[in-house]
Amino acid sequence: MGITISVEVNGTTYEREVEPRTLLVHFLREELRLTGTNVGCETSLCGACTVHLDGLAVKSCTQLAVQADGAKITTIEGLADNGSLHPMQQAFWDEHGLQCGYCTPGMIMAATKLVEDNPDASEDDIRHGLKGNLCRCTGYQNIVKAVASAAKAGGAR
Amino acid sequence: MFPSAFDYHRASSIDDALDLLASHSEAKFLAGGHSLIPMMKLRLAEPGVLIDIGRLDELKGISEDNGSIRVGSLTTHAALAASEALRRDCPILAEAAALIADPQVRNKGTIGGNIAHADPASDLPAVLVALGATIHLKSKSADRPVAAADFFVDLLATSLADNEIMTAIEIPKLGAGTGSAYLKVEHPASGYAVCGAAALITIANGSVSAAKLAFNGVTAIPFAADGVSEALLGSDAGDEAVDRAMAALAVADPMSDSYASGEYRTALARAYGKRAIRAARDRAA
Ligand SMILES: Cc1cc2nc3c(=O)[nH]c(=O)nc-3n(C[C@H](O)[C@H](O)[C@H](O)COP(=O)(O)OP(=O)(O)OC[C@H]3O[C@@H](n4cnc5c(N)ncnc54)[C@H](O)[C@@H]3O)c2cc1C
Ligand code: FES
Ligand code: FES
Repeated sequence: MGITISVEVNGTTYEREVEPRTLLVHFLREELRLTGTNVGCETSLCGACTVHLDGLAVKSCTQLAVQADGAKITTIEGLADNGSLHPMQQAFWDEHGLQCGYCTPGMIMAATKLVEDNPDASEDDIRHGLKGNLCRCTGYQNIVKAVASAAKAGGAR
Repeated sequence: MFPSAFDYHRASSIDDALDLLASHSEAKFLAGGHSLIPMMKLRLAEPGVLIDIGRLDELKGISEDNGSIRVGSLTTHAALAASEALRRDCPILAEAAALIADPQVRNKGTIGGNIAHADPASDLPAVLVALGATIHLKSKSADRPVAAADFFVDLLATSLADNEIMTAIEIPKLGAGTGSAYLKVEHPASGYAVCGAAALITIANGSVSAAKLAFNGVTAIPFAADGVSEALLGSDAGDEAVDRAMAALAVADPMSDSYASGEYRTALARAYGKRAIRAARDRAA
């Protein structure tokens, strides 16, 4: 039995019929074909699926699409502005904040909120703030550097 | 991984939620979904009907009157951690909420869902027991206040009846002279509490006039170490008095699993109970 929902994703409004059990991350990836948001663990731990929902960073594998009816969502695809990278994306590039890149979309979505909420985030704040995002490659060092440098540059935008 | 199929209803009011509950057997409320959805994805829970209460503004928010703070059941962990009223008059609840998982989980998870789920490794149950909080439950015919100490019945089981919704949690304000602390040993992978110690201490004229110590994670339901609390009364709460009082700690039936044996959990309770009492004492001054 489908339910019709309407969501605004990266500035575009979509109306779709979804099965209630459809998770938001699958709705974004399979229905809207926005495959930048990754699925890492499926058990709410890794943060690869992090998106912004009505201004909050959330794990989209742990929400139903029907819960998001009427919401405004931003995914990693919505950060760049007309082809120029968001300052947080640029900082990840400049500081080599990624290796395989799998965790990166979720990491960047969490980091942009972190810096928006706390523009003066210390290294400790950054490490704690990214607790819900796991990276199996980098050892986090350059991720923390990237977020710190974006924060310094006023990176929340 | 995704849940088995279910019917979805969005409640428009508390009464509507209770009507929906009455007209569907096998229905469950959906609040933040951060305990229920993971369970449903693992097919450990397969409710036929979900009643989404997530938009009921009447269940959200923190308000105060003279002696107490009323926290709506749908208030998120992030909102608890950020609350000025809690930080001022009941800091232990804000402190414990800030230690739950990570920012994304705290943005969605709610206090009502946390205690209704009654996971022994959660952080809020023992804090509410130590505080002597009152949990407000509502059915179509009656409002029923339940003391936190009576709310938790067994592993993942509470005294919430099949026809009830939790509306709010009422917490007494901690007066001057009362210090509080919540300390947690977290599971390195999940972040849940292997042992969480909640301590409250009131010191008047240099001696302890009230004390409470309770633990998460150690037993199937929050464990109030009343022997320790009583042994603290009248003492100066100095390190020696705390050590003496901690000798009264007796943990019956500690939980055991592949990560931590019952013996280890009991040892953690000993160490962290002591540290929590000392921290609460230092803050009472
Ligand atoms: C990765 C991860 C890590 C976590 N780590 C921790 C941690 O370290 N410490 C900790 O304490 N918790 C932790 N949690 C759990 C988290 O706090 C949950 O948010 C919380 O336990 C459930 O709240 P919810 O609003 O998400 O409830 P839901 O999942 O929506 O509901 C849980 C249960 O409560 C019932 N319910 C909800 N609201 C009401 C109501 N108002 N009236 C009656 N019944 C109701 C539901 O029917 C359901 O049975 C973690 C969760 C995740 C996903
Ligand atoms: S896929 Fe959502 S937290 Fe890992
Ligand atoms: S860059 Fe590979 S998981 Fe983070």
